Amino acid sequence: MAEYKLNTPLTDEDIEQLKAGDVVFLSGTIYSARDAAHKKLVELLDAGKELPFELEGSAIYYVGPSPAPPGRPIGSAGPTTSYRMDTYAPRLHSLGMKASIGKGKRSDEVKAAMKEYKGVYFGATGGAGALLSNSIVESTVIAFEELGPEAVRKMKVKDFPLLVINDCHGGELYVKPRLDTVG
Amino acid sequence: MREIQGKDVIEAVAGMCMRGNTVLPADVRRKLEQAMAAEDSPSAVEVLRQLLENADLASDTKLPLCQDCGLAVLFVEVGDDCKVVGGNLRDLINEGVRKGYADGYLRKSACDPLTRANTGDGIPAIIHFDMVPGDKLKIAYMAKGGGAENMSRVTMLAPAQGWEGIKRFVIERVAEAGPNPCPPTIIGVGIGGTFEHAAKIAKRGLLRKLDDVHPDPKIAAMEKELEEALNALGIGPMGLGGKTTVLGVKITLEPCHLASLPLAVNVQCHSQRHEEVVL
Repeated sequence: MAEYKLNTPLTDEDIEQLKAGDVVFLSGTIYSARDAAHKKLVELLDAGKELPFELEGSAIYYVGPSPAPPGRPIGSAGPTTSYRMDTYAPRLHSLGMKASIGKGKRSDEVKAAMKEYKGVYFGATGGAGALLSNSIVESTVIAFEELGPEAVRKMKVKDFPLLVINDCHGGELYVKPRLDTVG
Repeated sequence: MREIQGKDVIEAVAGMCMRGNTVLPADVRRKLEQAMAAEDSPSAVEVLRQLLENADLASDTKLPLCQDCGLAVLFVEVGDDCKVVGGNLRDLINEGVRKGYADGYLRKSACDPLTRANTGDGIPAIIHFDMVPGDKLKIAYMAKGGGAENMSRVTMLAPAQGWEGIKRFVIERVAEAGPNPCPPTIIGVGIGGTFEHAAKIAKRGLLRKLDDVHPDPKIAAMEKELEEALNALGIGPMGLGGKTTVLGVKITLEPCHLASLPLAVNVQCHSQRHEEVVL
């Protein structure tokens, strides 16, 4: 297991070196989007319109932060469960998205898309939203403000601690439950 | 008839929402510390360490433990000999939730199920009322996050499936949920009643402290058996492997129809945010 410091935008070379289990400290710009925002992004694509941010080399964080209290750039900001974005993720990978950040299992379709388009799935610790918010130094809503917590945010992160869950070589970190141990 | 002021209900509920979302309950912290000491795997130890650091930071900064401050679920016991004045009890509780989520900078997650439009203020809360003897009003608050709640299930077993069938269903559910609900989880199991009652008692059981042993030794033994079986799955903290898949199992058992064996599994995340006040 290796440790990397990476910056956005991410390149094919950045992604290819990563293996499930590696630790990555990510810096640069990432975008928040979850259920409702993904639906709207795909509707924009279907209508042939521009997305509110550049997908090439991007990292999307599946997060709906709590409101920022006075004096902080963002509230609590841990990952949400990723499978709800599985319908949309392959298409975004095909258009240049390099990384998604969340928690929980991904579908076979998403894993195949990561292989084909050189993508990676990072896990962050679920429920550690206060701690993870310390790695987010700036946050601005750039689209779909009406969605409230689900709006798309442009966020500047510094050394955001991530774990490679699925790499672009078919590797996966999650363990298989030992169902054989129970009667 | 004892009178309880409506404004006291609002303040009590608002306070529970704010404290509940920022302070990790002491029993959960103890259990996470014990789990960290017992784990050999570096990733399991690291996840548990982060959760404890997160809890310290949340209580210092008043940031929520988790960005998902949940749908507010309240279990209310109304004493026969008390009366709430200054408003309808359901409205007062909702007002308390609205105030707590606004003043505490908590995330409002209530939305229309089809349009997905956010109600904007975290309400309506889910409120369960129960009439009990006495002149007290007891309100328990639980922040129920979506990630864990989505992994919960209700089923109707055949009576012949019995305890073996119950165990199998719970184990398969936790195995299937895997890393999704933020393990280590706490598992509420409701056995009996009817379809909807099983789900309600499964969730109500989560209000018990992690270190409390069920007063019925038979049920206490069932809880222990299930806890050991679930931890043997090896899912571990965040699904990265380890000995701690669950922090506890809470079983609630009530009589049911002679043709039925209703069973509900309510999955709760490691934060187990809950609070209780008696007015």
